[in-house]
Amino acid sequence: MTSLSHPTAGGTSAPASPHSVVHTKVYGDAEHLQVPAAATHVSSEQMLDWFKQMLLIREFELRCMQAYQEKKIGGFCHVYIGQEAVAVGCTAAVQHKDPIVTAYRDHGHALARGMDPKHCMAEMFGRIGGCAKGKGGSMHMFDRDNNLYGGHGIVGAQTPLGAGLAFGCKYMDEVIDGKPNSRVSLCFLGDGALNQGAFHEAMNLAGLFDIPVIYVVENNGYSMGTAIARGTTMAHSLITKAAGYGIDGYVVDGMDVVGVYADMKRIADKCRATSRPAFVDMRTYRYKGHSMSDPRKYRTKEEEEVFETHDPIGRLEARLKTAGLLTDDSLKAMQKAVRDTVRDAITWSDESPIPPMAELYHDVFVEPWGPYTGSSQPAMNGGTANPPSMRTIDTKEELS
Amino acid sequence: MSAVREIEYRDALREAMSEEMRRDKRVFLLGEEVAEYNGAYKISRGMLEEFGARRVIDTPISESGFAGLAIGAAMMGLKPVVEFMSWSFSLVAADPILNNAPKMLYMSGGQFGCPVVFRGNDGAGGQLGSTHSWCVEGLFSNVPGIKIAIPSNPYDAKGLLKTAIRGSDPVFFLESERMLGNKGEVPEEEYLIPFGQAKVIRSGTDCTLASWGRPVHFCMEAAEEMQKLGISCEVIDLRTVRPLDIGTVVRSVKKTGACVVVDQSWSFGSPGSELASQVHRHCFDDLDNYVHRVHSADVPTPYATNLEQEYLPNARKIAEAVRSATYNL
Repeated sequence: MTSLSHPTAGGTSAPASPHSVVHTKVYGDAEHLQVPAAATHVSSEQMLDWFKQMLLIREFELRCMQAYQEKKIGGFCHVYIGQEAVAVGCTAAVQHKDPIVTAYRDHGHALARGMDPKHCMAEMFGRIGGCAKGKGGSMHMFDRDNNLYGGHGIVGAQTPLGAGLAFGCKYMDEVIDGKPNSRVSLCFLGDGALNQGAFHEAMNLAGLFDIPVIYVVENNGYSMGTAIARGTTMAHSLITKAAGYGIDGYVVDGMDVVGVYADMKRIADKCRATSRPAFVDMRTYRYKGHSMSDPRKYRTKEEEEVFETHDPIGRLEARLKTAGLLTDDSLKAMQKAVRDTVRDAITWSDESPIPPMAELYHDVFVEPWGPYTGSSQPAMNGGTANPPSMRTIDTKEELS
Repeated sequence: MSAVREIEYRDALREAMSEEMRRDKRVFLLGEEVAEYNGAYKISRGMLEEFGARRVIDTPISESGFAGLAIGAAMMGLKPVVEFMSWSFSLVAADPILNNAPKMLYMSGGQFGCPVVFRGNDGAGGQLGSTHSWCVEGLFSNVPGIKIAIPSNPYDAKGLLKTAIRGSDPVFFLESERMLGNKGEVPEEEYLIPFGQAKVIRSGTDCTLASWGRPVHFCMEAAEEMQKLGISCEVIDLRTVRPLDIGTVVRSVKKTGACVVVDQSWSFGSPGSELASQVHRHCFDDLDNYVHRVHSADVPTPYATNLEQEYLPNARKIAEAVRSATYNL
């Protein structure tokens, strides 16, 4: 078991340093999960796939930072470097049909969910080939075919939505189709969202209504520049917040993708079986600033270096090499493939046209009226006009 | 055809919801006290019994939570109807209802619609004081991506609510506690009322009165009074402010040459100011006077009966505006 200092220290005991808590692994009632160990078996193919996904996300984010400097990307841009194991491990632990919703640091989730990097990059370039036709931007990655429900910009806003997605799944299965609930929803949030009212209301509703949503707190220790213990009570034991809502809480080492997968698989399987919510304090770290304009004056170089030695990519690389699953040559080949993929995404995005002006009044309402021209899916999903099921009835026809 | 029955405004709302819930299992109702209490204002009376607790859902006092939950469910393809006991309480849910519902389709590039109806009491009730008397249309009509209906009578309430529930876009449905007991003719057979179609409810030749929601009734009172003075008023009930049926108002003003807009929300940056602006633009050469406006006074809502009465639009203020607009002072 790896030990690492996490800025999560503090809270009621008010230690001298904010970086003194040692942590990893699921605790809580592992035996109550009642999931056989075999269920979390990990194959070498899976590990190699996750390794490649993490390499892709990191390369993608590094090139995003570069593109931001080149002013190809505007607005706010928050990169996921350091946190790759969370999105990759969590996504692997649930099924494709399970909805995912997250906050604004969302590129990693989009890629892990299967969005083609070119649509993700083009969105940030403000091009029509983007997942949201260039109308959302970095903070609003949506992918209907991959069950990704955003990309949300206001801290904590996605937490009631996550409850609603899970409520919707359960309602559809149980009330409409008359079968047991089959889906769990993953709702990611940063540790800063823990102090928003919306989060607490969502937790209360999830606990009250038996909603199968898993709140995954990507606890990177900082809400922007504020160390967690400076802004959040009980920062050393966030799962106590879940206990207040009757929700099972777990702590997971978010710097180890295999561990993330194994722990999240058990948690997700339990939520699916019991149709109950869960709360995960996922300990992770972002190597870069909150956004592109953050000089990281609020923490030490030493702290960053400690976490870099626990890099999720480096850790898995070592593990794969030890197991004989990765060689220097195969690593180089993988890195080259990833670089090519991201470079192609950038070229593709550069060449994707800017949105035509007609897009300004498109996608405001499903039903056309006044200046609004209805809505259609992005090219990523085929570009077809939204189907009748998404369109309102023709009241004139119904009236006649 | 059988004689048209009369029912209360609250019954019309319930009929609309119940009919749509029978028609479509994706429709469900949630809000504070909607189920076991039978509705804080008895709008949902009996619905728990008919549809069960899975579809008529009591929530805790947690507007931000349950409004956001409804939006998430709508993104999944369900059709939630959210009852706010009062629209005044929607302000603590400002982020979900203003940032999520109206913008989801746009910022997802057309991928996720948000077919949710938020409904509840809007405007002054009766001595409810400053925080419980909001006319939220003054705030919310500023936001693109939502439709806003403000029906003045049971017939419109039912037809518009059914359209709202059947639609594919977010709707804010603004009712009034002061009208819930009002009776009106509502046919037994099913009907729908399209959004964006105003109704001329009284024909006249000298001055156009344009309003929506509860003040429509004050307009009718004022029109009666004006008739005694020989001033013929045409009264238009807009029924929805988003979409706003400017065409019907313009046709009327081109005929009358005078216009009074009556809006219960505050005057500064309101649907009333927008309507007046549009009338000025489209009827620049037809107006004999500037468009007059009657709003609530530009102060927090007072408690004392006399002050509250003077604060709100009323028939006397409307009559004064008509006389001024038509140079009959």
